[in-house]
Amino acid sequence: MKKIFKKIKELSSGEIMSNILDGSTEPDPSREQLKEIKKETIKSLEENPDFEAIVERQRKSFNLLYYSFAFIGSVCLIGVLLYLVSMLPRYGVENPRTVEVVKRYVENGLEETGAVNIVSGMILDYRAFDTLGESHVLFTALICVNILLRIDIKNMRSDYEDYYTIKRDVYYDMSHDGVLRLAAFVFSPCILTFGIYILLNGQISPGGGFSGGAVLGAGLILMSAGFGFDKVDKIFTLKINNIVTFSALTFYSFAKGYVFFTGANGIENHIPKGTPGAILSGGLILPLDIAVGIVVACTMFGFYSLFRRGSVASHING
Amino acid sequence: MDIKEILSIILLSLLIICAISVNFTKKLLPAVIIFMSYSSLMCIVWILMESPDLAITEAAVGAGISGTLFLMTLKKIEAEDRKRDEENIQKN
Repeated sequence: MKKIFKKIKELSSGEIMSNILDGSTEPDPSREQLKEIKKETIKSLEENPDFEAIVERQRKSFNLLYYSFAFIGSVCLIGVLLYLVSMLPRYGVENPRTVEVVKRYVENGLEETGAVNIVSGMILDYRAFDTLGESHVLFTALICVNILLRIDIKNMRSDYEDYYTIKRDVYYDMSHDGVLRLAAFVFSPCILTFGIYILLNGQISPGGGFSGGAVLGAGLILMSAGFGFDKVDKIFTLKINNIVTFSALTFYSFAKGYVFFTGANGIENHIPKGTPGAILSGGLILPLDIAVGIVVACTMFGFYSLFRRGSVASHING
Repeated sequence: MDIKEILSIILLSLLIICAISVNFTKKLLPAVIIFMSYSSLMCIVWILMESPDLAITEAAVGAGISGTLFLMTLKKIEAEDRKRDEENIQKN
């Protein structure tokens, strides 16, 4: 690098460039002057035969260093991961250290939670605090993506260089594609119905809040890709997104707070368990499933919408 | 060996092939598609390991949503052909 700087100093005949390199900025040059000087220096550097050789040598040494470090790093990572995998309990073999909790869940799960699907009973009853944290992580992720990717066309100056690209991205729709339109017309109602089914049957069959919400979000994405954002904006606006997500998280926190409070103080709570196997069973599991599912679906669709057009939902309706 | 074991061996070897070939694919669009196929294979592996709830989530999130987000990002950074987009806009 020092050599290049020296070259630049030698080659820049004007006083301004050498002054800048020395750090003294007495004659304040205008921007255009600076640009011209920069262009000239780059041109003369490129014409110089030594310059390419220097750059080539530097690139080669950097590549050697980069590849050797990458190789060593990946080999170390593979070794550590394989060692850690060998420490895990074997799949399908009963481990005396971890079997205690599992036994309790399997034997008393149906009685204590009222859910036929033990997994659902575990994640929304025994470990409901975990799930609350997960929902909040998703909500926070949506907020962060919103901060990073949100575009407001109204406030943007039209001489901004990305203005037209962004505008094109916003208004260019994939819904002119016939195949996509037909596929969305056939599949999106089925996917949405399946998502609601998974959501409502979380305590009976495999599935639950997160899976159902993800399927619902995928269905909404397919719908908006096939029919354009206008159709989805009619049922899903920014206002609805905010209200629904906020109320779902608040409901989850309060309901679970009530259960934890009564459980910790030995007070009997008044939530009926219902008959196992029916849809209205499992106490709080069904409403909590719905709350988690709504948060997940809103987050997934919000991600897609932010990536596509830079806003969660239309500003006009919401 | 019963059928389940053979199937799981085939699926796991395909998983490894997918995972390695994502790294060595030069073009971005095929890499995303291979990544999505990895998720679909993983979904079947979850079913073989008797956890259908994870399989549903993997199919929806891994193969569906994250792939879509990757494709959106490719569009944002204009990794694909820019001319084709502009021609389409002029047509419509």
